[in-house]
Amino acid sequence: MPPITLLALIIGIPSILLLAYVFIRGSTGLRRYILTRIVLTLPMVFILGTLVFFILRVLPGDPVSSALGPKGTPEMIASVRTQLGLNDPLIVQYGRFLWQMVTLKFGNSLVGGHRPIIAEMSERFPATLELIIPASVLALIIGIFGGTLAASKRKKVTDYIFRIYAVVIYSLPIFWLGLILQLFFGVKLGWLPISGRIDPIIGTTLVTHTNIYFIDSLITGNWPAFLSVLQHLVLPTITLGLIQSGLFVRITRANVIETMQMDYIAAARARGIREKVLIYGHALKNAMIPVITLIGLQVAILLAGAVLTESVFSWPGMGSYLVERISARDYNAVQSVITVFAMLVALISLAVDVIYSLVDPRVRY
Amino acid sequence: MADDILYSVRNLTVDYKTRGGIVHAVDNVSLDIRRGEILGLVGESGCGKSTFGKALMRLHDGPASIPNGELWFDGQDLMKVPMKDMPAIRGADIGMVFQDPMTSLNPVQSIMEHLTETIQTHEPKVSDAAAHARAEDLVERLGIRHERLKEYPHQMSGGMRQRVMISLALALRAKLVIADEPTTSLDVIVEAKFLDLLKELQEEFNLTILLITHNIGVVAEVCDRVAVMYAAKMVEVGSVEAVFADPKHPYTQGLLRSVPNIKLDEGDLYKMGGEPPSLLHPPTGCRFHPRCPKAMDICSREEPAFESVAGEQLASCWLYQKADGKQKVTNG
Repeated sequence: MPPITLLALIIGIPSILLLAYVFIRGSTGLRRYILTRIVLTLPMVFILGTLVFFILRVLPGDPVSSALGPKGTPEMIASVRTQLGLNDPLIVQYGRFLWQMVTLKFGNSLVGGHRPIIAEMSERFPATLELIIPASVLALIIGIFGGTLAASKRKKVTDYIFRIYAVVIYSLPIFWLGLILQLFFGVKLGWLPISGRIDPIIGTTLVTHTNIYFIDSLITGNWPAFLSVLQHLVLPTITLGLIQSGLFVRITRANVIETMQMDYIAAARARGIREKVLIYGHALKNAMIPVITLIGLQVAILLAGAVLTESVFSWPGMGSYLVERISARDYNAVQSVITVFAMLVALISLAVDVIYSLVDPRVRY
Repeated sequence: MADDILYSVRNLTVDYKTRGGIVHAVDNVSLDIRRGEILGLVGESGCGKSTFGKALMRLHDGPASIPNGELWFDGQDLMKVPMKDMPAIRGADIGMVFQDPMTSLNPVQSIMEHLTETIQTHEPKVSDAAAHARAEDLVERLGIRHERLKEYPHQMSGGMRQRVMISLALALRAKLVIADEPTTSLDVIVEAKFLDLLKELQEEFNLTILLITHNIGVVAEVCDRVAVMYAAKMVEVGSVEAVFADPKHPYTQGLLRSVPNIKLDEGDLYKMGGEPPSLLHPPTGCRFHPRCPKAMDICSREEPAFESVAGEQLASCWLYQKADGKQKVTNG
């Protein structure tokens, strides 16, 4: 089975089950809402793809001249352009692009070995997942627990520490934090590797199924590889995760404080419910509702952050792929990556809305 | 202490720290709540009656504190109980019903979760099944079908939610229920039904209820005794019959005269002059003297004691007492 299909199954089956569950359990209103959201995703991806298509062609330079470099004679360039279909009228190219989007075939790369883009992405996409999933988990853990802790110790030292942390972290440039971490933990202390996903020598022993090295090394029981993967994950995950966590700390703190002033918290306190339960049970559950919305909105920023993080850590994921192909003017690859990102953002925000309805009974019925 | 008294509040003061300084929201107030009675606590907005109710469970927080006072509940001074042990008393021995049932229930918890959580917080050994059974039994007695327990607060009407609030206060068989303006946000019909229910429950469970309200009509309807607060002070306490028939304190008199009465058609309704004083800078002497039609010289200088004026009817007014034996009270 090709890695990308396996991945699609791993992500797809649980999401479809979740959607189906909510779809069946939910009210007519909720059902209509989910359908509307799915249908609206299509024009969104279409508009975004079209924008990218035209912006790329307005940019100076083209894939052929940047691939051939100064050695390319005008005759060579012209013949390769014709070969790749770049001399066709724009409207023909646009029609071809739309068809590729609809069929999800994405065509072949315009540079290098002209490999199918789907094959290139199936190597790159798992790497990005391997980065953004632990980074999001880290951001949420710091954000939710830090924010709640700060709220429960309002106006005390802990609170001020978390508030300062949130502002500082939120205003740091992501590449700068990455470089500083590399310099300190990688170069000065020499504890952790600063680039790549796995030690290149150990990497040759790894049998890949999903291309998510974390999972591959785990299911094949390749422990040296597993350890190497973990070591390589630490710095990029911390970089991307910490940057994301600042906003979550602030939003969670603000929402928990607001919820703690609600009448139902006072009423629960008057029933003898202890403060810890009030904060982590009652207040946090209510405060999570706006935070969940934020998680959905943050996905786009997370992917943008992944582009920077991957570049800093030479992480062979979708982000660094995008950067490489933009400079190579590989129209097909850039269009495809943007399309996949757009679908990913749409899918995750839909999933977030569905989770929202599971947490908040007022939406469910 | 007499055995028929469930809760004896002695010299309770509750302070709020504000930008302008310290405000005594409840100022040296004493009150006895008798076993099995419904005691109405009335007063204008901001007179400290809600703060008083919360202080009985030591629920004050943030800027509020209790600098002095004794809270003798069932033979135990709650002021001497460590704060960490107070949650065990709240909800189990003393229950509270809040003003707004629309906002007093957790929107993401079902009614069943509210009840079972309350029961199991206080009695951790109760199994889920037993807690469910108790919750079902309880709400049925309050006229809510037990199938509705799985619903969430937003699916219920205001009157229904207020009955849920009562069931939460009764879940652990609380001896005292403090109801803080429980009917203010309900319409008249639902209010009447709710008050009937309250009276039934009081008889059925032998409850003691402190009913905090600004509605004199509610007091007349359900209460056995009434306590009147004005500007953080207790001004009059007595049985509903005695106080309504012969109010002693000029404030109580004014309060009763400003309620519309179908039987006594006296033309225009009485309107009490002036405004309640700022608690940051309360008037000297009796706090009511700037608005009192019967104010005397001494009223602005010295504070009257809170003592018996007719049997069990207590009032704090110079009309009925002498100033330390030195100054004679001169009427007019």
